[in-house]
Amino acid sequence: MEAIRTRIDLAGQGRSSAAGEREAVFEARDVSVFYGDQKAIDSVNIEIYQRLITAIIGPSGCGKSTFIRTLNRMTDLVPSARLTGELRYRGIDLYGPRVDAVEVRRRIGMVFQKPNPFPKSIYDNVAYGLRILGMKKDLDERVEKALHAAALWDEVKDRLKDSALGLSGGQQQRLCIARAIAVEPEVILLDEPASALDPIATSAIEDLMHELKRDYTLVIVTHNMQQAARVADMTAFFGLDVSPDGSRQGVLVEYDETEKIFTNPSDKRTEGYVTGRFG
Amino acid sequence: MESSHGDKGAVFERTRGRFDRIGDPALKAITFSAAALAVTILGLIAYELVRGSRLAFDRFGLGFLTSQTWDAIHNQFGALSLIFGTAVTAILAIAIATPLAIAIALFLTELAPKPVRALLGALVEMLAAIPSVILGLWGILVLGPFVQNQIEPFLSSTLGFLPFFRGQHSGTGILTAILILTIMVVPIVASVTRELFTTVPSELREGALALGATRWEMVRGVLLPAARPGILAAVALGFGRAVGEAMAVLMVSGSTIGIHLSLFSHTDTLAARIAGQYNGSGTNLQTSSLVYLATILLVISLAVNIGAQLLIRPIDRRPRGRRIALDRALETQGMSAD
Amino acid sequence: MPEPVFSLRTSGRLRRRQLVSRMMGALAFGAALLAVAVLAIVVVSVASRGASALSLDFFTKSQAQGFNPSGGGILFAIVGSGVIVGIATLMALPLGVLVAIYVSELAPPRLARVARLALDITNGIPTIVIGIFVFTLIVVAHGQSALAGSLALAIIMVPLIARATEEVLLLVPSAQREASLALGVSRWRTTFSVVVPSAMGGVLTGTTLAIARAAGETAPLLFLTSLGANSYADANPLHPLQSMTYVIFTYSDLSDPASQAKAWATAFTLMCFVLVTSLAAKLAMARYRKKLGG
Repeated sequence: MEAIRTRIDLAGQGRSSAAGEREAVFEARDVSVFYGDQKAIDSVNIEIYQRLITAIIGPSGCGKSTFIRTLNRMTDLVPSARLTGELRYRGIDLYGPRVDAVEVRRRIGMVFQKPNPFPKSIYDNVAYGLRILGMKKDLDERVEKALHAAALWDEVKDRLKDSALGLSGGQQQRLCIARAIAVEPEVILLDEPASALDPIATSAIEDLMHELKRDYTLVIVTHNMQQAARVADMTAFFGLDVSPDGSRQGVLVEYDETEKIFTNPSDKRTEGYVTGRFG
Repeated sequence: MESSHGDKGAVFERTRGRFDRIGDPALKAITFSAAALAVTILGLIAYELVRGSRLAFDRFGLGFLTSQTWDAIHNQFGALSLIFGTAVTAILAIAIATPLAIAIALFLTELAPKPVRALLGALVEMLAAIPSVILGLWGILVLGPFVQNQIEPFLSSTLGFLPFFRGQHSGTGILTAILILTIMVVPIVASVTRELFTTVPSELREGALALGATRWEMVRGVLLPAARPGILAAVALGFGRAVGEAMAVLMVSGSTIGIHLSLFSHTDTLAARIAGQYNGSGTNLQTSSLVYLATILLVISLAVNIGAQLLIRPIDRRPRGRRIALDRALETQGMSAD
Repeated sequence: MPEPVFSLRTSGRLRRRQLVSRMMGALAFGAALLAVAVLAIVVVSVASRGASALSLDFFTKSQAQGFNPSGGGILFAIVGSGVIVGIATLMALPLGVLVAIYVSELAPPRLARVARLALDITNGIPTIVIGIFVFTLIVVAHGQSALAGSLALAIIMVPLIARATEEVLLLVPSAQREASLALGVSRWRTTFSVVVPSAMGGVLTGTTLAIARAAGETAPLLFLTSLGANSYADANPLHPLQSMTYVIFTYSDLSDPASQAKAWATAFTLMCFVLVTSLAAKLAMARYRKKLGG
């Protein structure tokens, strides 16, 4: 399949875009998400680029978490959830008839808002995915590599057999990242990964994300604008639309390089949010 | 306003009537007595049973536990055959029931569509509510013949080379008793386990699935290990029930003393033998031997019960929300998690 | 540069893993189906055999005279069961509620723990053992009586009632207690005028469940209120009385069809009572929990 290339046209800016020659890893065309009859997200069109950090920001209830969960088919876990439109991952329709959600989730990993290590040892947490996938050769090396990549190795190398529940919040979250990395995904989705952590742990996670960017595509949902400004290359602002019958849906208002979103947004609503006038 | 020097507290006391004032300590005293009574009864049970078995204990001592004889004519009694029967029926019943119960609980929490869940759960609990004498009646008159005419011949023809499947087909005996006990135990273990599964936080499930695990891999690798202590407690509960069941076993076991290997053989258990002798035993020694049996049964059930409590205690240290939910789980069987 | 071809379809190892997962799901479904099937078989067996032997006579006549078991009914077995369980409830209800109040409202944590433990242990004691206990306590000296049977059933019921009461007491929002206490109402008045009324529904359903359980007990009654029970016309608690469970048990032993029919009919009646009351109580309990925001 031909690689999909897109250039972001920054009309009138004259700057070359960071996303310039990059592949689009995700391509959403007119994607809407319903829970039963209620529309949660309306008609999103977006491309997410390889090896960039893309942040999704917006006020609460605008569907950020819902949208990120469509990217690895975690929305399947809600029986009434439905997706319309087309969501492609490297050219393949994620919701196509023969696509196996389990395989999707192996390639597109996820880290959750509240660190959720399994009640097992640190080693077994990271090894869990590896054992399932049959990557049992060199288990020790793989675990070590993942823990290194999550910047956790030095802190836990002497207590790999200890329970993961004994780690601090920030360490647990990095463990969850290590666990996700161990199965060698191509993308890592992070749903408010630092919102349950203290500022020091948060900045550790943010530094880690800069490192991870070299090898993975990252998509992060955050309610913290400063975090998005610090960390993301591209930023998507989701807002709330009120339709004539009074129901509210999340919509993609603006999507652009982070710098532009925060310094010179095109849409009034974006401007209102990032300057703190609402939300 | 005039201030009262000295006895300031009296200002407040004077406004409450005498009746009202004694209410609090009275309530405390009354309810304390009630609680004390409940605790005392437990002690009294142990005391009375030991006292009642005195005669038999003086006569047979601990040898009672190793003697197979139960002979009313010669006034010789021993519990070994009954202990064997109890052990075999209860252990095999729980062995069959546990995987079934866990499977049912898994179905109810992971696979069943929402509207079906409540209905199915209620049906499973209804199975537990059926009085044991009715199950016993069904056991003798319906299950028994079926076992005799279908199951036992089948087992004889396929597995008859094993010593466990030899002998006459009578429809009563160890096999039928195991089947009836399994029917009684499954709903107990299933409802407790099911409530237990609902206490496992969904983040754990999601974490496993997000890594690309199949549903079964999530269950086996995360859900079951997380619920393990509770499952063990549920199994202990079920085991206690199986050990203590008198009526249904009495009706289908054949009430025969003797230790045999075959599942088709007649047997008897501690509880069933006691129940079976209600018609009045001949001698004081026989009665005392029955009480001795009851004491053994009490010891076993206490051991199992306390074992289950110990298993639950570590769970107690987990966050509040989980403890309340575990409480709810055990409460379906009338227990608390304290 | 052209992307290597890859797919998100099930293949190879994943196919096997998915197969295993699906198989396990099927097994779980099978187990649930089996449980429901067994329930259906038992209920239908009892219902079909029992319903056909029912008649008005069955409920209104006492046992037939002499050895001929056909004709006549189980009126006094029903009466007996009613008396035995009724007296047991009268004993167990206040005791269970009082213990629950102590444990949840008034006791220091350590004592509360001891009491709860005692109740749990009592709950786990085989009912035949409790029967033997009351036997050595009362019957050896004074002979059998319905009262003895009631005592045994009461011991069985108290932990159930106490547990259910404790649960609903805990469900009453502490805000209500605090409001009453802050008004200067004494502790005991608060308990009885605010907490207990709120919890009453739960207490009743818990008691109903305990009654359903007690009504189905046979083992304890064997030693306490069975022999010489006058099956013709007796409701005196000081005498041994018949009970429905005992009737089922004794008639099951006989091989003539009339007796067996009687056993089935009694079983059917008892089963209906127990299942309907249990189900109703559980439904009420669930709705009650929801109402109190449990």
